[in-house]
Amino acid sequence: MNYSDKVVDHVERPRNVGSLDAQDPAVGTGLVGAPACGDVMKLQIRVSDAGVIEEARFKTFGCGSAIAASSLVTEWVKGRTVEQALAISNREVAEELALPPVKIHCSVLAEDAIHAAVADWKRKKGK
Amino acid sequence: MENSRQARSRPGRVETLPGETYTAGLAGSLLLETQELVKIPIYMDNHATTPLDPRALDAMLPYLKDEFGNAASRSHAFGWRAEEAVEGARAEIARLVGAQAKDLVFTSGATESNNLAVKGVAEFHAGKGKHLVTTAVEHKAVLDPMKALSAHGYEVTVLPVGADGLVDPDLVKRSLRPDTILLSVMAANNEVGTVQPIAELGAIARAAGVLFHVDAAQAAGKIPFDVEAMNVDLASLSAHKMYGPKGVGALYVRRKPRVRLTAQMDGGGHERGLRSGTLNVPSIVGFGKAAELARAEMAEEAVRVGALRDRLWAGIQANVELATVNGSLERRLAGNLNVSFAYVEGEALMMAMKDVAVSSGSACTSASLEPSYVLRALGVPDDLAHASLRFGLGRFNTEEEVDHVVRLLGEKVAKLREMSPLWEMAKQGIDPRSVRWDEEDRA
Repeated sequence: MNYSDKVVDHVERPRNVGSLDAQDPAVGTGLVGAPACGDVMKLQIRVSDAGVIEEARFKTFGCGSAIAASSLVTEWVKGRTVEQALAISNREVAEELALPPVKIHCSVLAEDAIHAAVADWKRKKGK
Repeated sequence: MENSRQARSRPGRVETLPGETYTAGLAGSLLLETQELVKIPIYMDNHATTPLDPRALDAMLPYLKDEFGNAASRSHAFGWRAEEAVEGARAEIARLVGAQAKDLVFTSGATESNNLAVKGVAEFHAGKGKHLVTTAVEHKAVLDPMKALSAHGYEVTVLPVGADGLVDPDLVKRSLRPDTILLSVMAANNEVGTVQPIAELGAIARAAGVLFHVDAAQAAGKIPFDVEAMNVDLASLSAHKMYGPKGVGALYVRRKPRVRLTAQMDGGGHERGLRSGTLNVPSIVGFGKAAELARAEMAEEAVRVGALRDRLWAGIQANVELATVNGSLERRLAGNLNVSFAYVEGEALMMAMKDVAVSSGSACTSASLEPSYVLRALGVPDDLAHASLRFGLGRFNTEEEVDHVVRLLGEKVAKLREMSPLWEMAKQGIDPRSVRWDEEDRA
């Protein structure tokens, strides 16, 4: 696949790889995708009492664009409120990384991961 | 899967690569490196295509320059010399596969040969029957023509294969019917390199009076393949899979007893009327030279390349846990190794190994989102098909390249597993396959 330099950069130097403590009440975990489909993203966020995302970590099983999309959204969500994070659209991700049409689903997955992580955090907070 | 490599490296760049590095973390650090020379990028995708052997190139050059005649020009020396060169090549290629020279029809490659064989037989013998039999692991150049025919009243039986990649001859026998006109089975598979029992299948087809077509694109020049001994009626050959040039191939069409088929290209009546069009003389000459070299060097080369493949697999096993071979390791082309690295997606691994040209059965290397249909036919679970790499070793690979690739694999698989949520689960004792995933299609 002939990827953009941004994708290659994220794959070669992925940002915020790792895990946060999923048991921590301030941490929301989103796990989306499926191994049989070739991509699984785990996105974790640590959210302050004020509702600001202070930290984000990812682990991804997937192709270059899936890794790049998850790496990118960890950078984007950091410092945003959860509501602002939810406003991130797959289209923005796809445009930023110049994903080829066949890889658009990777950006959809990244958006899904944000929503799943926020939903998990909200559930923990009883919101 | 052939289009998947990133071509970011400059070909021919020679880099010094560190072997073992010992670093003492004291002030004025001591750095001791064992260094070796490996030419970057490393080509290990010889099922996609092989490099042109310099000896084949040398044979071709005169026909790209002064010897430009049309082999069909009967009235002057330019034509005669071109024809002589073509007939010499035809004889060499025939010798490689145990055929008579006149039985070979030159084409643009194995895809055209497969189309001509399948459609040509189907069309010509429609009066006898409209049933075709093939296997699930054939190249698309066989499966797609059959699919096209099935939309025109033909019935196609696609036989399954075992986990070893092999078709069961008894199953083949039982699938043949009075209205079956063609059995088409590849000699060696392009993804997993598995070698089908062609002689056995040939005997079955012959006894049943069914024409037998063999796609031998990957096998010819690599393993013994003899159309007489194996009762093959039609065989597709390709030059660029045996260190010849691209854009030229052949279809073996048996004359005794005569196999009849309908031409798919009408025109000047070249090639016994089966394939009109001016012959590609330089490429045919290169094909002939490649066939001659393959015949002379096949036995020795299979041993050498097989040793490289075994070295690669031994190295992987020693350096990477949870790596599994797809398909039979015994009944396989010497140069093929198809391995799944659990919890690591194949395309990501190829990107990580950017100076090594291989291919993957991962969906992400194709236009569709489905992983390799060949691996699926072998019963490889989708998650492992996505995690597969195909190594195609060949004439020009070296032990140093293999060792370098093993080291890179060890390093990059570990790095990607550190990044893999599935690996994390597995390490925590959770089998990712026991998890309920949302498998809806997101495309």
